[in-house]
Amino acid sequence: MIPAQFEYVAPTTLEDALQALADAGDDAKIIAGGQSLLPVLRMRLNAPDVVIDLGRIESLRGVRDDGDAIVVGAMTRHADVLTDPLVRENAFVITKAVEVLADPQVRHRGTFGGALAHADPAGDLGAPALALDAEFVVAGPRGTRTVAAEDFFVDLFTTALEENEILTEVRIPKRAGWGAHYEKFVRVAHQWPIVAVAAAVKVDGGTIREARVGLTNMGSTPLRARAVEQALVGQPATDEAVRAAAASAAEGTDPPSDLNGDADYRRHLATVLTRRAVLAAAGA
Amino acid sequence: MTVDGASYTDDVEPRMLLVHYLRERLGKTGTVVGCDTSNCGACTVHLDGRSVKSCNVLAVQVDGGEVTTIEGLSQGGELHPMQAAFHECHALQCGFCTPGMIMQAIDVLNDNPKPTEEQIREGLEGNLCRCTGYHNIVRAVQAASGQTAVPAAIEESA
Repeated sequence: MIPAQFEYVAPTTLEDALQALADAGDDAKIIAGGQSLLPVLRMRLNAPDVVIDLGRIESLRGVRDDGDAIVVGAMTRHADVLTDPLVRENAFVITKAVEVLADPQVRHRGTFGGALAHADPAGDLGAPALALDAEFVVAGPRGTRTVAAEDFFVDLFTTALEENEILTEVRIPKRAGWGAHYEKFVRVAHQWPIVAVAAAVKVDGGTIREARVGLTNMGSTPLRARAVEQALVGQPATDEAVRAAAASAAEGTDPPSDLNGDADYRRHLATVLTRRAVLAAAGA
Repeated sequence: MTVDGASYTDDVEPRMLLVHYLRERLGKTGTVVGCDTSNCGACTVHLDGRSVKSCNVLAVQVDGGEVTTIEGLSQGGELHPMQAAFHECHALQCGFCTPGMIMQAIDVLNDNPKPTEEQIREGLEGNLCRCTGYHNIVRAVQAASGQTAVPAAIEESA
């Protein structure tokens, strides 16, 4: 399958990319790693007039230390996020999610920012980013603004990004010393998660002091399991206590029904996977 | 771009996929199109030293890049050790997935020269064999990594 014709622009600076986006009118698409966009173009589910490639903008790549946060450039490839020591030390749940994201070839090409901006509710990065209170730095014609993760994911494949804006980097508050796990449930290799759970916990002397739990594919956007988080605080990191807290994992969710399972099945999965994820994160 | 050590300069339509450029412009039909939906990995090549699915990359994105295909592996008429291992271990049935499997298997060993069986299977997660011949494929990767008794022919070529 071959995409419809389009004009291709490969700017080398963010300013040029924003200009190209402004010039292209309302039928342009940004290509980051292209691992979601190219299949869409090939199946002709979308046929933009202009494709703007961010692949040659070096300033959008890499992970840096910024005091109380780490900053992941939007064009940092998954494979580089996976091996990054800053991410591992300060946002381990991201490392755990990227480890099981798609397959090795896709991780070599796909990018952190591209996956988040694509906003597939079954994508693996939304729930960890939400759970860690990441901030999305967005450049546009009027300058730069920062969007909280809570506000970034609006709906299916829809974010707070305006048509003339580009996601440039993601700031993630440091949580060194926290345990983390991403529990993903699939039936076959390199499938999108039917449901997945991102858990990060701070355990001190066998007691859970703080907890962050994000849900993948339990609604049209990634979701926080706040009831679980609150129930976990102050509890011992034991199977019994975590099981009780995880029972409310599906509270407030609106999971889809499809060939992989109906909504009730997903609600049940969410409780099971939350228990597994939290226990693994707590090292219990 | 550089492909299998040779430099090429071409004007292509922006929509041309890397796999079509390799096959139709350069005649490198060793890289095959399997599923055409980026699932099967049969079209795997190395781009700047890392495995990618060439049906999921535009040729124009590779401007200035370095590509290695299955056709660029053998040196001086000698099979690459991974090719030799696939041959010795009979790691193919119909053979259609083989070019992509070999390219990805080399990438797996580049990252981790002594993977466990589980790590090999995870590393080949993005490559499908519709004949379901995975067992011998994993054996071949183990052999190429020097972790199992290697038939003499492989040791000679390695």
